[in-house]
Amino acid sequence: MGLKSYVKKNSYYDSVVLMQVTKELKKSGEIDEVIVGMGTELNKELAGNLGLLTDELKEITANDFFVALDGKDTVDMDEVLVAIKELLNKKKTSEDEDYRPATVKSALKVMPEANLALFSIPGEYAFDEVKKALNEGLHVMLFSDNVSMEDEKTLKDLAKEKGLLMMGPDCGTAIINHTPLAFANVIKPGNIGIVGASGTGTQEVSVLIDKFGGGTSQVIGTGGRDLKEEIGGTMMLMGIDALEADEKTEVIVLISKPPHISVAKRILERVKKCKKPVVVDFIGGDQEMIRSYGAYPCISLEDTAHKAVALGKRETPGDFTGFSMEERAIDDMVENEVKQYSSSQKYLRGLYTGGTLADEAIMFLSESVGGIYSNKPKSPELKLEDVFKSKEHTVVDLGEDEFTIGKPHPMIDPSNRAERMSQEGKDDEVAVVLMDMVLGYGSHEDPAGEMLESIREAKEAMAAGGGHLTVVASVCGTEGDPQDLEETESKLKDAGVILLPSNAQAVKFAVKIMNRMS
Amino acid sequence: MSKINELFDSELRVINVGLESFSKELKMQKKAVVHVEWKPVAGGNKKLADILNQLS
Repeated sequence: MGLKSYVKKNSYYDSVVLMQVTKELKKSGEIDEVIVGMGTELNKELAGNLGLLTDELKEITANDFFVALDGKDTVDMDEVLVAIKELLNKKKTSEDEDYRPATVKSALKVMPEANLALFSIPGEYAFDEVKKALNEGLHVMLFSDNVSMEDEKTLKDLAKEKGLLMMGPDCGTAIINHTPLAFANVIKPGNIGIVGASGTGTQEVSVLIDKFGGGTSQVIGTGGRDLKEEIGGTMMLMGIDALEADEKTEVIVLISKPPHISVAKRILERVKKCKKPVVVDFIGGDQEMIRSYGAYPCISLEDTAHKAVALGKRETPGDFTGFSMEERAIDDMVENEVKQYSSSQKYLRGLYTGGTLADEAIMFLSESVGGIYSNKPKSPELKLEDVFKSKEHTVVDLGEDEFTIGKPHPMIDPSNRAERMSQEGKDDEVAVVLMDMVLGYGSHEDPAGEMLESIREAKEAMAAGGGHLTVVASVCGTEGDPQDLEETESKLKDAGVILLPSNAQAVKFAVKIMNRMS
Repeated sequence: MSKINELFDSELRVINVGLESFSKELKMQKKAVVHVEWKPVAGGNKKLADILNQLS
């Protein structure tokens, strides 16, 4: 068939619909390269890189839908086009018949009592739209990234002036009035309020709170840059004020990567004045500093959840550093894995979809195992030269930009990780693959199911070479989540995955294996 | 009472702009949501969009 393209002018489809079309087209096996998207400059550049940029595509705009593909000679382009049109029509007719306004202003005519706007449009368009929403008096959650620091500051200052939430940009997780927004889990109602600057960190803590018998009142997201010097922690400070005033909240949890020192001080000064106990996890941050301001510092995301639940029950919180199982049983499991390795097997590979979970893994592994190569390493010399290829001990965050250009986040579409798992199985120096499995709204409907084939393939490849591949994971999900937690766990166990109750424990289990081998 | 605390005491009603899956998931939870059929203003033409934004 050769290179072909198809353009539908003035037809906008969101990135999830585009991903589904791409997936269906690739399924046929007849198409070598395909790009499906809106005619943004970035997509045109991508098409060019893939050798798919036709003259027709050079003229299109961000409002035009396009498909460009290259396939085998046996493929009839007309048939492919009919299939694409059918797919897109299916998407349209399967939707309900509700009226769909074209702007936030007209949406407010349909729902005048609306109180929150959730934005997930391309970042380059977000500023103008969000500003309009704030000016209409709406609280905002901005899921989109690719918004400048300057724009973030302007939006947050405007929100502060108006007393509104401005969660984001790049805010993936919030639970307002027990309603999960974007990527969030179904957590039992309770007395713990969270303000989180890191999406999967917040998911892990809230899930573990639920697991330990606690619950949340509100979960406010701030976006990952809120505690940077330029932004100054505006939304975290507003979140603390709101949770302190909230009658249903008795314990406050703050989660963030280590903030800028001036911001950390500002936040902790506020914490010091807070009438409610505050648990602070500045992942890998200065514990003594936190303690000196009267807050409870944490060792891991799991420890954070433990402390919050204890305080919620008016108990004195202790540090949780170990395993839920008897240490001896854990050591037996470690022994059982290690004895099956071949002499060449010595490295660990972490394949993460959750950014904060990857950060936590890198933090613990760096302390106990040594240099961890990564696409976001602890120090510059450990930066992977090629992020698509692991080196020695490696932990990759597959949700980072280099993996998601032109593709959805791996929590939505786990296919990138499945490919990487198969790749690791072919490396006879690998002993352990460590991974997360994030459930909840927003995530893929069966993330475990999507990985099974590649896990089996990787394990078989290693066994064929006389070795054994250990796959260690933790599931970040609750019984209330739309995916079936129990089924997810049994699928993974049936595929030979060793499951631990938290990311921290999964990482520590991997550490034990590495230490036992050295 | 602050506006954020007022929100905590109200029924959440969402205007969703962007990914349709977020609207569907809110509907699954029987939450009030209006989905905006969003397209880039002025076909993604930044200059024209700025002018239109100033007018609206």
